[in-house]
Amino acid sequence: MSDLLRRIEAIVTDPALEPARKAHALAVAAENALPYPALDGDTRAALDARVICDMFEGHAPYRPRYVLPDYAVLMRQGSAHLELPPPQTLDEAISTLMIAYHHVPSVTGMPVYIGRLDALLLPFCEGVSDDALHRRLRLFWRYLDRTLPDAFMHANIGPADNRVARAILRVDAELKQVAPNLTFLYDPEVSGEAILRRCTDSIIACSKPHIASHPLHRAAFDARGYGIVSCYNALPLAGGASTLVRLNLAAVARLSRGADDFLAVQLPRHVALTARLIRARVDHLRNRSGFFASFLVAEDWIAPDRFAAMFGVFAMAEAVNHLQDLAGRPGRYGHDSAATALGQRISAELARLVAAEPVDGAWRGRALLHAQAGLSTDAGLTPGVRIPYGTEPDPVAHVRALAPHHAHYPSGISDILTLDETVRANPEAVFQLARGVLAAGFREFTANVAGNDLVRVTGYMIRLSDIARHAAGGGARSTTTPLGAEASALTGILDRRPRVIAHELAAGERR
Amino acid sequence: MNSPPANAAEAPAGVVARLLDWSVVDGPGNRFVLFLQGCNFACPGCHNPHTIGHCDGCGACIPACPAGALAPAGGHIAFDPARCTRCDACLEACPAGASPMVRRMPVDEVLAALREALPFIGGVTVSGGEATLQLKFVVALFAAIRAAPDLCHLTCFIDSNGHLGPLGWARVLPVTDGVMLDVKAFDPTRHRALTGQDNARALASARLVAAAGKLHELRFLMVPGQTDRPEEIGALVALARELGGVPVRLNAFRRHGVRGPARAWPAMPRAGVEAAAARLAAAGITVRLPAVWAGD
Repeated sequence: MSDLLRRIEAIVTDPALEPARKAHALAVAAENALPYPALDGDTRAALDARVICDMFEGHAPYRPRYVLPDYAVLMRQGSAHLELPPPQTLDEAISTLMIAYHHVPSVTGMPVYIGRLDALLLPFCEGVSDDALHRRLRLFWRYLDRTLPDAFMHANIGPADNRVARAILRVDAELKQVAPNLTFLYDPEVSGEAILRRCTDSIIACSKPHIASHPLHRAAFDARGYGIVSCYNALPLAGGASTLVRLNLAAVARLSRGADDFLAVQLPRHVALTARLIRARVDHLRNRSGFFASFLVAEDWIAPDRFAAMFGVFAMAEAVNHLQDLAGRPGRYGHDSAATALGQRISAELARLVAAEPVDGAWRGRALLHAQAGLSTDAGLTPGVRIPYGTEPDPVAHVRALAPHHAHYPSGISDILTLDETVRANPEAVFQLARGVLAAGFREFTANVAGNDLVRVTGYMIRLSDIARHAAGGGARSTTTPLGAEASALTGILDRRPRVIAHELAAGERR
Repeated sequence: MNSPPANAAEAPAGVVARLLDWSVVDGPGNRFVLFLQGCNFACPGCHNPHTIGHCDGCGACIPACPAGALAPAGGHIAFDPARCTRCDACLEACPAGASPMVRRMPVDEVLAALREALPFIGGVTVSGGEATLQLKFVVALFAAIRAAPDLCHLTCFIDSNGHLGPLGWARVLPVTDGVMLDVKAFDPTRHRALTGQDNARALASARLVAAAGKLHELRFLMVPGQTDRPEEIGALVALARELGGVPVRLNAFRRHGVRGPARAWPAMPRAGVEAAAARLAAAGITVRLPAVWAGD
């Protein structure tokens, strides 16, 4: 029996996989039996060495990594292909969306973007009581979690303060589900502090939503807009991302003789190799896969020229610390000002190099730089440009160290602030922190509150109780729970240090 | 516009045990906290005994430091923060209940540190030690904050044991937004045993600060067998009611950080704190409880 047949047999006979998961795994195995898009020898070698990484998206890209349909088109026009008239009532609008989601592909097989739900549903809410809206949204939320159990699936709300956004925040905090993930798009000029306070109260309850800086993201995209999906990727609305390829900065540092060699030779060389891999994958999707013959294009849910190519980087902390070691300097990334400044210089150089690499068929003809939040197998490597788990400084120092990076990563960069449970007694503190973080130039504010069952892993949500059940052999209803279990075992993410001062000076009584 | 008023430049520097960019347990919202060195109480149950005394330059900490961060410097101790690993071995070695890591910070240096943290905080709290022992510095700092257009939105709070007299309060309250005031015990004998001082001044301070409308909360440390007794809780309820229903924060004694005989005291059980909270709540008092119930 060939390796391929053995692999297929192993999938078919795996008692832990439900039939739908088997079908997905079989599709992946079949795709990967095809030859990879043609690569030159240097690019192939860097990929094989995992200095650059294709996120295991598959050998023959036949659908974009992330699709962000403009659901407003569907609300306005209905769909001829799906034989759906334009909805007239709230029930019809939600039902129309529920149907649409099953026709939106992504690399996971499930939709990663389910729309800016408050803007989509608000026009149908006239005459609907708050109580009826709440009941309807609870059912909708339950449906999403049970039929599309994938924490990369992401809903957006905001920036306006409105009753649908508030009802969604309430339902989300009540149900504390893994899916959908939720982002509030905050604009200090539009949103007002009342809804920001409502969001930070929800964070205390369930570590959701994630709060994005609407002014920064809006400026990075165009009039048709953008959406936040998956692990806090910002992408063009009515488009998405064709592929995400990432560069392991720690591996590049290990190939370097020092910081000068890294910046002058190895980084430019590996940015160029990564760009070649991106071009090969985008070319396959755009010119060979046939994807863009989809009704999604014909009905203008998406447009082929709105798919970004994502250029991811990760392990900045380990890269900088290795370069510090080579120079005999003890200062660590995120703590020492010279080390932190070196990291910021690397981000600026990356932005310059990536902007110089043309990518045919990608949105605006260039790749978009992205601080990649990690894979469940990244043992010993820190996501994106974050400060390593368990060593983070206090939140103010932390934000000051990382804020200068944010300007360079238009397709997303996130850090997760882990807050000690004592903030539960002081919600005003979370509000002030969120406001301060966004004012400091962060593209987003994301927090876990210690003691919540629902926590973020690299960017998606897991329930700690599910991880414990999975570890005990109980199986998992969500597709992302096994990833969370793997990440928590391998990458130390649950070691993330709570960020509220917990030393003796703050412990209880003081005299 | 960022220079402090003239009196701040003449004020003594603060003797600062520690400075936090932010804290969520020292008043409302995120707060910038200065822990000022030195205390006029000598509580056996103190969780930060190294903030009680003042360094006399004896040098006992120097050999205790495994990182070589301490050195003699003309009768003082020179501290190198770059070498410090925060193991706190020097605090253990100090016979004076002090710390070689204490910094002298003039008001303008504090203001500069404050501006760095400004987007993230809602106010400033001076704590300790006993902050009011450095009253000139505190008054100058708060006055400078109020006078600076970019800082005057910050609230200024004091965390105090209440031993300050009425003349002192008259100087500091006009520039203070809120006071968190400890009452260690209501029985005078017990208070003396727990602090080395009488409690008449703390009780008078509570009434004075409340009358000024600036008592943010009363703080009461529950120690098993001592301040968890029914008569203590009864007196706490009576005082909180007399003061117009001022909120009460109940803290539970834990051994963390404690030195000396109090190491042998039992930790305060959660059930006892909750029973006291129920009595206060029944009397219409707002109660604030520990957010975390860690094991001891």
